[in-house]
Parts: sequence; C-alpha cells; structure tokens
Amino acid sequence: MSDEAGATATAAEVPTGARPRALAEFWHYYSMNTGAVIGLFVFAALVLVAVFAPLLAPHLPDVQYRDALLVPPAWQEGGRATFILGTDPVGRDILSRLIHGARFSLFIGLVVVVLALFSGILLGLLAGYFRGWVDAAIMRVMDVILSFPSLLLALVLVAILGPGLFNAMLAIALVLQPHFARLTRAAVMAEKSREYVVAARVAGAGPIRLMFRTILPNCTAPLIVQATLSFSNAILEAAALGFLGMGAQPPTPEWGTMLASAREFILRAPWVVTFPGLAILITVLSINLIGDGLRDALDPKLKRS
Amino acid sequence: MLSYLLRKIALLVPTFIGISICAFAFIRLLPGDPILAMAGQYGVTPERYAELREQFGYNLPIWQQYLTYLGQVLTGDFGVSLGTKRPVATEFATLFPATVELTLAAVLIAVVVGIPAGIFAAVKRGSWFDQATMSVALTGYSMPIFWWGLLLIIFFSGYLGWTPVSGRIGIQHFFRPVTGFMLIDSLLVGRPGAFWSAVSHLILPAVVLATIPLAVIARQTRSAMLEVLGEDYVRTARAKGLSPRRVVGLHAFRNALIPVVTTIGLQMGSLMAGAILTETIFSWPGIGKWMIDSIGKRDYVVVQSGLLLIALVVMVVNLVVDVLYAVINPRIRVAS
Repeated sequence: MSDEAGATATAAEVPTGARPRALAEFWHYYSMNTGAVIGLFVFAALVLVAVFAPLLAPHLPDVQYRDALLVPPAWQEGGRATFILGTDPVGRDILSRLIHGARFSLFIGLVVVVLALFSGILLGLLAGYFRGWVDAAIMRVMDVILSFPSLLLALVLVAILGPGLFNAMLAIALVLQPHFARLTRAAVMAEKSREYVVAARVAGAGPIRLMFRTILPNCTAPLIVQATLSFSNAILEAAALGFLGMGAQPPTPEWGTMLASAREFILRAPWVVTFPGLAILITVLSINLIGDGLRDALDPKLKRS
Repeated sequence: MLSYLLRKIALLVPTFIGISICAFAFIRLLPGDPILAMAGQYGVTPERYAELREQFGYNLPIWQQYLTYLGQVLTGDFGVSLGTKRPVATEFATLFPATVELTLAAVLIAVVVGIPAGIFAAVKRGSWFDQATMSVALTGYSMPIFWWGLLLIIFFSGYLGWTPVSGRIGIQHFFRPVTGFMLIDSLLVGRPGAFWSAVSHLILPAVVLATIPLAVIARQTRSAMLEVLGEDYVRTARAKGLSPRRVVGLHAFRNALIPVVTTIGLQMGSLMAGAILTETIFSWPGIGKWMIDSIGKRDYVVVQSGLLLIALVVMVVNLVVDVLYAVINPRIRVAS
C-alpha cells in the first residue's frame, strides 16, 4: 500500500509542486504511452495482492499438505481444484506462496530504493556542491563500486554480512547507490550556476538550504526515472541472490528462493519452476513499463512546449 | 591518440588501488578470525596459530599488510586455494577461457540480432514490427535470466531432447585443451563430432546470457537511429536522392553506432554478473561458477583473488571500449 501511495505521490510532485494542473499535464503525457498505463495497473494490482495477501491466499504459505506432494496445476491431469497452481515438493500450495512472496519482492524493492536514493542523493549533493577533494574522494569510491559486477559485489558483501534477506537488501542498496550519486552530482553541477541559485545565495541562503531546498527539487526528474529502474533491478538482484542461496532463506516464500529449492525438480515438475519466475518477470516488466512511461513524460526534450 | 590512452590509463590507477583495498579488506571484514576461518572445521593448535599469523603477516600493522598484499598482487601472486591447494592464478587461467568463450558467444548473438532489430524498428517506426520488437526487448530486459535458463532447459533439453543439460562437451569427445576454447580446440584436433558437441553445449547458455544485452542493444540502437534519422544531414542525403538503403546504412548507421558501442561496452560488467548465474544453471566450468562454488565452500582466498581479477578484467575491457570509442569518434579524444 505504501509503495503505491509513495509512487504516485512522488510522481505528482515532479512538475513544479503538486498543483492539479501539473498533475494533469503529467498524466496527459504519461497516458499517451499505453504500455506505461498497463504497467501501472498491473503494479497497482500487485500492491493490492501484497497488502491483502492473507485474505487472498487460499492456504497458509508454510503449511505442508503431506498427502499432496508435487500436485500439478488444476488444469493438468492429476491436478486438484484446491491447489490451482499445484504444490511444491513438500506439499505447500504454490499460489499461496506466490501471493505472500509479492510482499517480500515489493518490500525489498521499496527498502533498497529508499536506502540507495537517500545515500546517493546525499553523496551526489555533497560532491556536486563542494567539488574539489570532497568530489574527488566520493566519486573515486563510486567508481570502485561500479567497477565490480553488481551481483558479484552483492554476493561478496552477503558473504561478509551473512546470508539473509536484510543483508541482501543492504548489499543491493550499496551496489545501486552510485547511480544516484552520479546523477545527482551531474544535475547539481548543471543547476549550481543558474541564476536562481545565485539569487538564493545572495539572499543569504546557507549551503544546506541551497543544496536541499533550492537545487535538489530541480534535479528530481532523472532521479525518479532512475529510482524506478532501481526498483526493478533490486527485485531481480534479490531474486538472483535468493536463487543462489544467499538471499532470503527457506522457508521464506521469496520468489528467487522458491526457484532455488525447485531446481532439482525442473524436468519432473515444471510448474514448480515456471510460476515463481513468471511472477518475477511480470513484476519487473510492469515496473519497467512504468519507468519507460515516466521517462517519456518527464523528459523535457520530448515534450512539445 | 597516445596521450589520450595514457590519460585513460592514469585515471585507472586510483580505481585499481580502490579495488585492491576492497579485495584486501574482504578477508579482514569476514566475521571471526581469518586464520581460524581458513583452518576450517579442523582447527589449529596455538603454536601453529602463531606460526600462521607470522606466515600471513597478520602481526604487522594494517598498512604494512596492505602494501605486502599489493606487492604480491602486482607480481602476479594471488595466493593458493584453500580447497584445491593450487595457485589461484593457475585456476583462474584454466577456467577463464570457458567464461570468455561463453561471453563472446553471447555478445555475438546480442550484436548480430540486436543491432539489425533496432535499425528496422527505427526505420519502420510505429509499425507492428517496431512495437513487437520493443515489447520483446522490454520483456528480455526484465527477464530473470536464471529462470529463463531453467525454462530453456525444460523445453529444449527435457521436452525436445535437443541439447545437453550441462557442461561444455560430451565426455566421449574428451581431449586435452590447447587454447581452452572448446570450439577452436575441437577443430584443431580435427573432430567434427566434438565440434558439434561443443556447439550444442554452448548454444543455450549463450542465448541465456545474451538475453539482457540483446534487449539493451536493440533498444539503444533504435533510439540512437531515431535521433540520427532526424538530423539535417540525413534529410540532405534523402533530398539528394540517395537510396533509402544508402541513407540508413551509410549516413545514419555510422553515426548511430557511437552510443551503441558505448552500450555494448557498458554491458561487460552485467555480462560478468550474468555469467555467474548462467554458469551456475548450466554447470559451465567458468569463473562465475568457480566464484559461487568458492563462496559456498568458504574458500576465501579464491573469493578474494577472484573478486580482484574479475574487477581487473572488467576494468581492462572498459579501457578497450573507451579506446575503441575514441577511434570511431575523433571528437572524444580531442574534447576530453
């Protein structure tokens, strides 16, 4: 629920404050992209599923029906109506686990983006505003982080911190954060010499106010697009870590972790593998569709003015 | 050109130092005592512990330990694997060609399919082909490739029985590697059967690893082409009466290539990340699987050096891409 509210609220704030006209203009450009509208509806549906998971799921996610191991989906021969998408090797209902898994994936995406966004914006603001050795030091560290393949760095960090969902989220946030720092720095450098910033400084605004109140609101458009991309990346990477056994630990119904424990059954029971992956794909695809739409709607170059 | 190259290399020095500090810090950040971690479940006697501390230099101050480490790395000493007792550099050298072969095959697929798809989508903007290509590209871009690999195994290996499930070549075709590249080696030993076995082992992992770069390249090519097709010189070329093929192929494509080459270069890091997943699914004996196995076995010397070596490879590849970029775009080497 908070995801959806957060997403629409930040989206609304983009073009100069949350005035109705700006919102209407934003929606006008956004809704021209059919895919983006579909993505938004799918994502909203996923958020609802995550919020109302206990009400929607036909079974509890961790209950093992020992008389129903590896039951195929309902429409296949041998399927049962109570287990619509079949059961896994220990007799848990796959649909119920997927519904509860939506909570984990959206939560991971939200936490990672918030962590990466805040730390990245802070570092980028400092680097872009002060320049000099502050800039050099921060950006060299970002370069080093970016020179490792993201998944590998996340894996190694998890090896240090110990496997688990929370550590995986921390690791992914650290890996995604340089993108925000770089974007913010570039935007701050472009805005810093503008007249309104000079005017604010002449009026007596201190560095903190200049950075956060004057400059930052004018750098939000690329950050919002990047935040959307990072949201889907975070879900993919967390699923990959789960798949490699370094993310959420069983019996957590996280989608990547579900795939990991299903690997040995791929040829005997393909449904155990098919549905968790499909859930990841649909979620990530819907977020990327939203990201494409946001980019088109927020990119001033493509707007006719 | 030479000064451009030297400047680029000079910029890599701080990054290299940063990477080496990360690798150095890795073992020291691990929970617990490094020597006890290395000793594993068998443990060590106090005398042996003191001896090992001396041997690994853990009794020295931290900056001295780092300089020793840096010296070892610069002279090519990457330590000895705790599991196999072989030098890490040797293991890396034997496994690296497998990853290179897989990665090159993936890049080849991504470029050969992605660039033409992007060009046609741009030229036929708004057509069903454009929409279908871009939908497929966005799906590919959103793909959890570890799942995609499993689906391909279910279909092509399980259902159709066309391709093997894992490995690089059938065991009946085993031969002593010459270059480490199975496709080349099998031709060198002159056995077509071995070559086809290697191809059938390579094709699925290569397709899986190519999926995301392919989608990115197709999208990037399309948007770069669209931008270039709107330029004045393209309009002039059209107005001169040049054939559409010539306008698109010669005038537009060459200029659209610049951002596309950058995109291909930027994919190198994610290709290495993808190789970790792809090699794990297909039991491909490359460095990605080696890293995962080593993390699983807590062989931290391998993890430390592997981390460093992989980052170095990515760094060098990015340097090559930067140089290529300057070769095809003279404006870059003058401007910066």
